[in-house]
Amino acid sequence: MTNPYPQDEAFHRLTKLRYFVANLWQAIFLSALLIAIVSLTALLYNVVDGAFGYIAYEYKKAPTEFTSTPIAELTKDELLVILKENLSSGAYGKLDKEQPMEERSQSDLLSLFLERLVRIDTKGTWSMTDSLMRGGEIRADVAEKYPNAILEFRSWLTPQFLVTPMSSRAEFAGVRTAVLGSLWLVGIAILFALPIGTGAAIYLQEYAPKNWLTSIIQTNINNLAGVPSIVYGMLGLAVFVRLMEPFTSGSLFGITDSNGRTVLSAGLTMGILVLPLIIINAQEAIKAVPDSLRQAAFGVGATRWQTVWHHVLPNALPGILTGSILAISRALGETAPLIVVGASTFISLDPDSPFSKFTALPIQIYQWTTRAQSEFHAIAASAIIVLMVLLLTLNASAILLRNRAQRKY
Amino acid sequence: MNQPELSKKFRPGESIIQSLLFLAGILSIFITLAIVYELGKEALLFFNDPDVTLGKFFGTTKWQPGIGQYGIWALVSATLTTSAIAVLISLPLGLASAVYLSEYASPKARSILKPILEILAGIPTVVYGYFALLFVTPILKSIFGDGIQVYNMLSAGLVMGIMILPLISSMSEDALSAVPRSLREGAYAMGATKFETSAQVALPAALSGIGAAIIIGVSRAVGETMIVAVAAGSGPNFSFNPLEAAETMTGHIARISGGDLSYNSIDYTSLFAIALMLFLVTLVLNLISQWVVKRFREQYE
Repeated sequence: MTNPYPQDEAFHRLTKLRYFVANLWQAIFLSALLIAIVSLTALLYNVVDGAFGYIAYEYKKAPTEFTSTPIAELTKDELLVILKENLSSGAYGKLDKEQPMEERSQSDLLSLFLERLVRIDTKGTWSMTDSLMRGGEIRADVAEKYPNAILEFRSWLTPQFLVTPMSSRAEFAGVRTAVLGSLWLVGIAILFALPIGTGAAIYLQEYAPKNWLTSIIQTNINNLAGVPSIVYGMLGLAVFVRLMEPFTSGSLFGITDSNGRTVLSAGLTMGILVLPLIIINAQEAIKAVPDSLRQAAFGVGATRWQTVWHHVLPNALPGILTGSILAISRALGETAPLIVVGASTFISLDPDSPFSKFTALPIQIYQWTTRAQSEFHAIAASAIIVLMVLLLTLNASAILLRNRAQRKY
Repeated sequence: MNQPELSKKFRPGESIIQSLLFLAGILSIFITLAIVYELGKEALLFFNDPDVTLGKFFGTTKWQPGIGQYGIWALVSATLTTSAIAVLISLPLGLASAVYLSEYASPKARSILKPILEILAGIPTVVYGYFALLFVTPILKSIFGDGIQVYNMLSAGLVMGIMILPLISSMSEDALSAVPRSLREGAYAMGATKFETSAQVALPAALSGIGAAIIIGVSRAVGETMIVAVAAGSGPNFSFNPLEAAETMTGHIARISGGDLSYNSIDYTSLFAIALMLFLVTLVLNLISQWVVKRFREQYE
């Protein structure tokens, strides 16, 4: 019978072909991974590129109309006098009510001066690469089109950016209101979701009998983890903003001038959103505690709860904390539910109670990105950098915690 | 001698704690019921409006509740187009990355590459939206010139694909790692190349997990809001042309609820009808993916 498989020479050729194909596919698979890495780099580069660059601006009113001293040398008292004289009494009073003028810093008063009296009119902004590569071209362009404009290289991400409240002018806006709003939000969400989520996980792993109800609860939690975030937003709108308005707006507690669109409603909505995440992570952490520990505790006569509280939970704690850090990261980055629940489009007062109106970092990024003027894109990029740094620190600590939790027994 | 007390001691604290924990467990069911109830209630109000008929809802292609047009296809077409583009990008790339990571990469390479994918997975979607509008769209404009609008579905779809890629990659990689080494080693012993082993032995064995990954990816793409809200457009448009602007179901909800919204208007109730559809679609997809895993999972010993 003739051998159907290739022999000798044909066999060698076939083998060479097979190995060539194998190496080709290995290169293809690797390039897929490389495409992902290149996209990530492009994204990070794009964001950083937008946060620094040339800006060309003009003063709408010459500073010399107000004072003869150069701007850089104005003292706090001189600025106070100028502001008091030139702002309308209504505007001055409003600023004073937000924060007394005498208590503000010199740089704060200076930016007020530039923002309200001198008024900056941005003529154009350029990205970082543009500013570095085509600097001469830009300078010539601006000199030709806007001879009165000042052209300087500006870093939109400054320490001041972090502590300045919102403003309707991009050049003077900061993320302080947004960061504080996000922190309030996440705080309320975790306060709500962590105890309940851990409790549910403890119930499912330690107490629940293996019947149909338990498997329904488990399937349900897995499905909730996959629900689009905007649906949670709609749930929050219907339940927290509308249904529970006396509670979330604070009128139950005597606060009369707000509606249901408060940081409390948003925090509770976020809490519900991250609840499945916390439950699933906590379940994994509790599952990982070896059974021998539980059996030992039962063996010396401990009750179920005593075992859980004194033996299982302390060992599962790193895993549970990792889960809560992941939940915090998720809550910080989510935008869609906040839009639906009613983040304010413009608010410059810091949130000071659970019943205040709020804004959040991702909301600001969304709003600034969708504005047409390029200076808003620049501060959107800066806000993105702030958000990413926050998330990076959180995730790094989660990874460290997870590595600590991998202790082998 | 005293008889020792052998019956179980009554501990009220234990019972209280157990009931509290049970309530915590049941809460998730309440959440699902609340979602269905609240969405359903308002959606029912929407469908009870004399102007709205199921025929109009599923039959027409213009969505303008203000002037009486209720064709959901205007929004669904955009969701389908962007999701299709996203899956078209993320499926091959994600699967290929997973195969490389699980079959070819050395442990050191894996320890560098996996965190990079996890970073991609952790980026907030609004940042992807920024990237889509301010980086990808200008590049597309330079390729297509005037044939493409500033807001378009292609840019949003591409970036959504990059966003979903880590999800498909990590789920597929888990599935591939679960295939026992003995299968691969058997193939190597017969002289198969690495590619032949991956393609003809490992992948078919991991197919259930990979199938689940794809379905979850689709579900994620359908539910995504921010990328399409920023980059795809702000007006319902019944079109499958990715170079045009259109609004998806999620983008529409985001835009309308971001503005002034009175609680009893047709706009308000229509949002809940759309959200209900979204919830049902993603729920069905998630259930299908769980069924796929259960039904087709290979059991090894």
